[in-house]
Amino acid sequence: MLSVGDFIVLPSQNLRKQEARASRRRSIDRWFGRIGLLSTIGTLGVLAILLLNLAASGLARIDWQFLLSFPSRRAAEAGILSAWVGTILLMIVTASVAVPLGVAAGIYLEEYAAKNKWTDFIEINIANLAGVPSILYGLMALGLFVYQFRFGQSVLAGGLALACLVLPIVIVATREALRTIPAAIREAAFALGATRWQAVWHHLLPYSTGGIATGVILAMSRAIGESAPLITIGALTFIAFLPPAPILAQAPFMSFDWLFSPFTALPIQMFNWVSRPGEEFQSNAAAAGLFLMLITLGMNGVAILLRKHAQRNIKW
Amino acid sequence: MGTLPANSRRLDKWVEGGMVWVLRFSGWASVLVTFGIVVTLVTESAPFFGHVPFRRLFTDTMWTPLFAEPQYGIGALLAGTLVTTGVALCVAIPLGTLLAIYLSEFAEPRFREVVKPMLELLSAVPTVVYGYFALLTLTPLLQKIYPDLPQFSMLSAGLIMGIMIIPYVTSLGEDSMRSVPMLLREGAFALGDGKLGVALRVVFPGAFSGLASAYVLAISRAVGETMIVAIAAGLQPRFTLNPLESAATVTAFIVQVSLGDLPHGSIGYQSIFAAGAVLFLMTLGFNLAGHALRRRFHRAS
Repeated sequence: MLSVGDFIVLPSQNLRKQEARASRRRSIDRWFGRIGLLSTIGTLGVLAILLLNLAASGLARIDWQFLLSFPSRRAAEAGILSAWVGTILLMIVTASVAVPLGVAAGIYLEEYAAKNKWTDFIEINIANLAGVPSILYGLMALGLFVYQFRFGQSVLAGGLALACLVLPIVIVATREALRTIPAAIREAAFALGATRWQAVWHHLLPYSTGGIATGVILAMSRAIGESAPLITIGALTFIAFLPPAPILAQAPFMSFDWLFSPFTALPIQMFNWVSRPGEEFQSNAAAAGLFLMLITLGMNGVAILLRKHAQRNIKW
Repeated sequence: MGTLPANSRRLDKWVEGGMVWVLRFSGWASVLVTFGIVVTLVTESAPFFGHVPFRRLFTDTMWTPLFAEPQYGIGALLAGTLVTTGVALCVAIPLGTLLAIYLSEFAEPRFREVVKPMLELLSAVPTVVYGYFALLTLTPLLQKIYPDLPQFSMLSAGLIMGIMIIPYVTSLGEDSMRSVPMLLREGAFALGDGKLGVALRVVFPGAFSGLASAYVLAISRAVGETMIVAIAAGLQPRFTLNPLESAATVTAFIVQVSLGDLPHGSIGYQSIFAAGAVLFLMTLGFNLAGHALRRRFHRAS
């Protein structure tokens, strides 16, 4: 049988119990804080190990000969000349398609489009497009650009595939940059008689350059590291020649033949070396990987700084 | 002072009208890309599904469409995708959630501002570099613990893929946890709960739909990841659920066939589009589910 006295806890006892419980909670929290800190450092450590690992086996391979040689059957003579030239040409095509198209789409969705079901449809489509695996862009490029449009397995087809891939990144970045500009800027421009496009061109675009540039850099760094779509359209791994030069000595001084040239790129070259047996090819792979890492991490670093800078300088 | 000349205003109007169309076209260009992907996958894989009996996709146990006596058991590829994705999630979900809880509830704001962008670098590393790391660094390491591990293994590829998708879980998860109203936390603290208790009993349930959408998007990322598995998990389709073996995923199969000579319209050509169509449907499902969850989370908060 319970009596009334069983439910009355003496204040001093109660307090002691509470204190014990509180100190237990505090120590659990402390331990969790330590575990969290350790896991954070450990996870970031993977990045450091990755870099050190590449440097350990690849740094010795990096010299002018490596930069200025074509791939070769002999690992020691092989280089990444055709790979980095290919990557630069691809990026020219990708940027010149993805940047204007993405920025224009961002402007349309943020400044022009009415809020209706069509706009919703475009937005859902962009969100979904950002999650489509990169290799599917390669399959689309293979079916559409390589065979349907007859571009062949060329720089143009590869660059367009990468442009489609990074388009959502540019669109989202543009929209976010435009969204941070207060409505008062637009209203002021309209009040002075500007058309919508004049407000965009003279005010909104200049004020959002920082945000857009951040997005473009991130998009390009993503495109530089992509290999799956390029493999799918049939980028070759053994290219011992450079695409035709874009600038000629005689009239018409310009040539676009390089657009239709076969190509290789840095990640493709690295993939080729990784899948070959033999230590020497692996250190070639590490050297190419080190380049890729420095380029992509460098670009991401610039993007982070740019974002910080833009946030600090603009106070509406 | 005076009014602008009439022809200048006419020009403005003309530019305005033209730009609207240019911008509208650009807005729809992304729809065109999706359309291009879907149409290409459907038309190029149609011959494959036309001459392969639908039943055989599920009754065959091997995926060898290029052999003289072909087998079409797509399950062999799906098993590879399932296992590598599963291993990756075993890394990314616990670790990613832990980091999200830590960064949102425990870490100093200054620390968080520095660490978050650094963590996101993990998903910026080119995947071919991760593949290299899995094959040439992690696999030899794992072989010291378990000597029978083959050179190509789904375990090694999956572990590295897990590291790659941690930022997707942490970043989205942390955002959703931080948007849980401070009031709820304060209420729980006032009742005497500790930080971890509040994080697990109040913040975690409150942010669950946001976290769930992060998990689903991470799954979609892992399912579609190509280079890590193509390099480190092997290119041989094999019907197995054992992560210690090597097996090709749907994506690795596409890479393996693409590396060879691939004449337009050949059975190999058709088969990679068939595999691509399957991959598209899977990731589309995950993406739509992820966005639906995210919308729900945005409405709730």
